Amino acid sequence: MDDAERWRDLDLLLTRAGRLVGPGFEPGPELREFLQSPDCRVLCVGAGGLGCEILKDLALSGVVHIDVIDMDTIDVSNLNRQFLFRMKDVGQPKATVAAERINARVPGVKVTPVFGRIEDQPADWYRSFSLIILGLDSLEARRYMNSVVCGFLEYDDEGQPDQSTIKPMVDGGTEGFKGHARVILPGFTPCFECTLWLFPPQTKFPLCTLAETPRSPAHCIEYAHLILWGQVRPGEEFDTDNEEHMKWVYERAAERAKQYGIQGVTFQLTQGVVKNIIPAIASTNAIISAQCVLEALKTLTCFSTGLDNYMMYVGSSGLYSLTTKYDKDPACPVCSPGVPLDVDPDATLQQFIDQLLADPSLGKHLSAPSVSYGSTNLYAHGIFEADTRPNLSRRMGDLVADDGAVLTVNDKRLRGPMRVKVRYGSAMRA
Amino acid sequence: MGPVVDPKAKRYDRQLRIWGTHGQQRLESCCICLLNCGPTGSETLKNLVLGGIASFTIVDGQKVEARDLGNNFLVSASSLGEPRAKVVTELLQELNESVSGSYVEEVPEVLIADNPEFFQSFDLVIATQMREQDMTKLDDICRATGRAKLLIVRSYGLVGYLRASLPEHRIVESKPDSQLDDMRLNQPWPELVAFAASFDLASADDVTHAHTPYVVILLQAASAWRSAHGGRLPGTSAEKAAFKASVNGMRRTADGVPLQEENFDEAAKAAFHVYGTYEIPKEVRGLLEDEAAGPRLRADSDEFWVLVAALRAFVEGEGQGTLPLEGSIPDMHATTDLYLKLQAVYREKAERDTAAVEAHVRQILGRLGRPADSISRETIKLYCRHARHLRCVRYRSLAEECSPETARGEALAAALRAGGGSGGRGGGDLGAPPCCDGALYVLLRAADRFFAQTGRYPGAPAALSPGAGASEVDPADDIPLLRQAAMQVLSDAGLGPNPRKSPDSGAGGGLGGLGGGGGAGGGSLPGTAAGAINEDLLAEVCRAGAAELHVVAAFMGGVAAQEAIKLVTRQFEAIKLVTRQFVPVAGTLIVNSMAATTTVLEL
Ligand SMILES: [Zn+2]
Repeated sequence: MDDAERWRDLDLLLTRAGRLVGPGFEPGPELREFLQSPDCRVLCVGAGGLGCEILKDLALSGVVHIDVIDMDTIDVSNLNRQFLFRMKDVGQPKATVAAERINARVPGVKVTPVFGRIEDQPADWYRSFSLIILGLDSLEARRYMNSVVCGFLEYDDEGQPDQSTIKPMVDGGTEGFKGHARVILPGFTPCFECTLWLFPPQTKFPLCTLAETPRSPAHCIEYAHLILWGQVRPGEEFDTDNEEHMKWVYERAAERAKQYGIQGVTFQLTQGVVKNIIPAIASTNAIISAQCVLEALKTLTCFSTGLDNYMMYVGSSGLYSLTTKYDKDPACPVCSPGVPLDVDPDATLQQFIDQLLADPSLGKHLSAPSVSYGSTNLYAHGIFEADTRPNLSRRMGDLVADDGAVLTVNDKRLRGPMRVKVRYGSAMRA
Repeated sequence: MGPVVDPKAKRYDRQLRIWGTHGQQRLESCCICLLNCGPTGSETLKNLVLGGIASFTIVDGQKVEARDLGNNFLVSASSLGEPRAKVVTELLQELNESVSGSYVEEVPEVLIADNPEFFQSFDLVIATQMREQDMTKLDDICRATGRAKLLIVRSYGLVGYLRASLPEHRIVESKPDSQLDDMRLNQPWPELVAFAASFDLASADDVTHAHTPYVVILLQAASAWRSAHGGRLPGTSAEKAAFKASVNGMRRTADGVPLQEENFDEAAKAAFHVYGTYEIPKEVRGLLEDEAAGPRLRADSDEFWVLVAALRAFVEGEGQGTLPLEGSIPDMHATTDLYLKLQAVYREKAERDTAAVEAHVRQILGRLGRPADSISRETIKLYCRHARHLRCVRYRSLAEECSPETARGEALAAALRAGGGSGGRGGGDLGAPPCCDGALYVLLRAADRFFAQTGRYPGAPAALSPGAGASEVDPADDIPLLRQAAMQVLSDAGLGPNPRKSPDSGAGGGLGGLGGGGGAGGGSLPGTAAGAINEDLLAEVCRAGAAELHVVAAFMGGVAAQEAIKLVTRQFEAIKLVTRQFVPVAGTLIVNSMAATTTVLEL
């Protein structure tokens, strides 16, 4: 097969000079050679609705070396959109089957599957990729991956991001006819933690409503699921994938609804409420994945202007999309070059650490922080603990003379350093 | 539904949660015809086959080439040289056993020219990667079938185009993203008034006081307000604030401190339900006044218009200016008993309204000479429940859009001035190079004219012959001719430096005078519609050489499938614009994959 003829469409855009291109675009055959080389490795996190599409789109965009990680196995309800899977694959690992199908269909492509949890992979594995694309459906997994890529980020002495430490990440998400695609260049564009407000918290029913004044079928279902289960089957863990468990909750919920005269408890609704099922269709996954891979391709080759930095897509009523440049949160605990923190220079290091732990934004990321200033350990857990312990009772103003100095905070809860910019403010000037 | 779930319900569970069994039934009885199965067509159909359509037929005249292996997932290396329609059909069938597929190995343009009857057997025709002239013919053919809806999709370099064409898209079970609950607290009916009045809050025990539904609290507050204000409801913002304060004043206190009562929190938040005036949504108002439900209602009218006529009779009669009540209420802080009682008050009113509408339907059917039972009670109920969200969008034909006599030059000019991105945002906000999505529409049409004259697209290799490398054509050489074609598209729309409105300039290709017409090929003029056709965009369109990138095709395939689902299920509004008169009008979608923006044009 003639490679030039095969990639004719892609080559038109990779080999010709353009007007609306990314910074430093250098057209030529080298770009496709790069995409096909082992120097260009792309990780797809998730092999579900988005993941299947992302893998296909990458393989047909000239990328050869692709890894995919997913801990799930295939379920019948995946088949309305996860087009790489068939009925006979039900129960098999998604990552493995998806990789097999892509490798079999697209000549030359090498998809390597990992059937497992993202938390079990070492940082160096993530570091080895040129770019990471997320096809996830949970905020927690996104936050984890965000902390991984932001953990690689380093700033120079001027507080500028060190280009070589930036791991580009593209994220997609869908719900029904709606979705989003975004590009995260840590240090340059906002990270997940900067824009957590984009994910509104889930509404939960108050327990007293469930127990005393149920009014809707969902109240009856959550009563059976959250209250009755523990009472009737103590010590038994509820498993959303266990059909018998789900049937039990459905039947108890139906009984309760009947007792109160509430209409509308169905098995389908029971599953939806208990599993918090998000509706998902093939077309939306296709749109969002395509946008993600297009942006990945732009990031890797600069062949066109890139998305800066968030695209929202709403197809449920007409078609509406909004491309927005969100701002970084200067106080982001994960990606900021220095979260500003007002500190009393007369406070001790111990008091400073206590202040960190009590901080509403920073504290939740910390359990037992170590603090350093430049190459100096101010206080460190582990082998330097005894050496640095005396510092705990010393004055901050003495340990860190410069107002505006950036301290590095490490903690086992963090996957990269947290940077805190000490502001002594008026107390220091006085 | 019992806990025993049939395999289909399991397979389609995630989409049934959006469009329900009713929408799924519509999908499962839909026969689709796809023209051209390159990546754009294949991806569109893939998404629909997964969703469970009844059947598809692919029309494509090409053989699988190396190029297909670089941009289409629904061909395989072992099928090189085989008919592309056959290969794609077979691979699509693997995705869903309940969908039946077939193919016709034929060039779609030939079928359009020679065999228009072919299209009669489809509910939806999806035409991909085709040119304006042929689409105009196909549009007429599809409309003449009285059945086939047309969807036109195109991926061209980093630009996407989508347009539907059908006489009317009528939406019944609309699923708006957000909607106000149909509470009627500003216009309560006697039973609801009586229910609210039956509560004696002053003497209620603390538990009952804190579990009285907010509807009751607000109606009592409204009643008190009316008595004190000569029957009026709060009007000015000061009055509204005072009304809210009066609601909060009804809270029970202990030692002068208001008790924590969630129902009163909810009441304060929902107070606007009382002083907002009831209005039939403007879009529905437009429907009620539509001639199709009035003087043009005939024996063969769609049941939609019969229902609209019945709703109109209801609004003018029993409804006293209101639509039938929806009948459902949101969850609110209350005891089970009080909530269910309130729910029943709403449900019973909705049932009475539905019965009244039903009587109108039967009467209208009789008048039209149709069997009185030809519209089921279930259907009538459905229309009543969704009355606020009924919509009808009419599509202009492609011929109307393109012909100089009927082209909407002003709308196009406005789009050309507006720049890129949805709602006028996007491009400007991004600080990206000037990138006008309206200009991309003009350039796509210009590319078709370029093709008509040269036999190839701007920047594309001379022929699609094997071995023709991308570098054989210098894309810059094609810019002048593309610019000239673009200026002609503009002048045909009554824009540009030298408007040309001669009757012989035809709907389609517009070949005549492309090379020779004096002045039509001038440069871009800043400050005019033509100024939007700037050098950057011309160069980019030539650079792309009509490339069909898989990612762009996959994006457009997703959008097209969404649009197909909307047209087929009739539960969602298709791509449209809302005019200042709140009339939804059909729109043409331009996807700008350079700036990651989308724009809907009214053309
Ligand atoms: Zn951040």
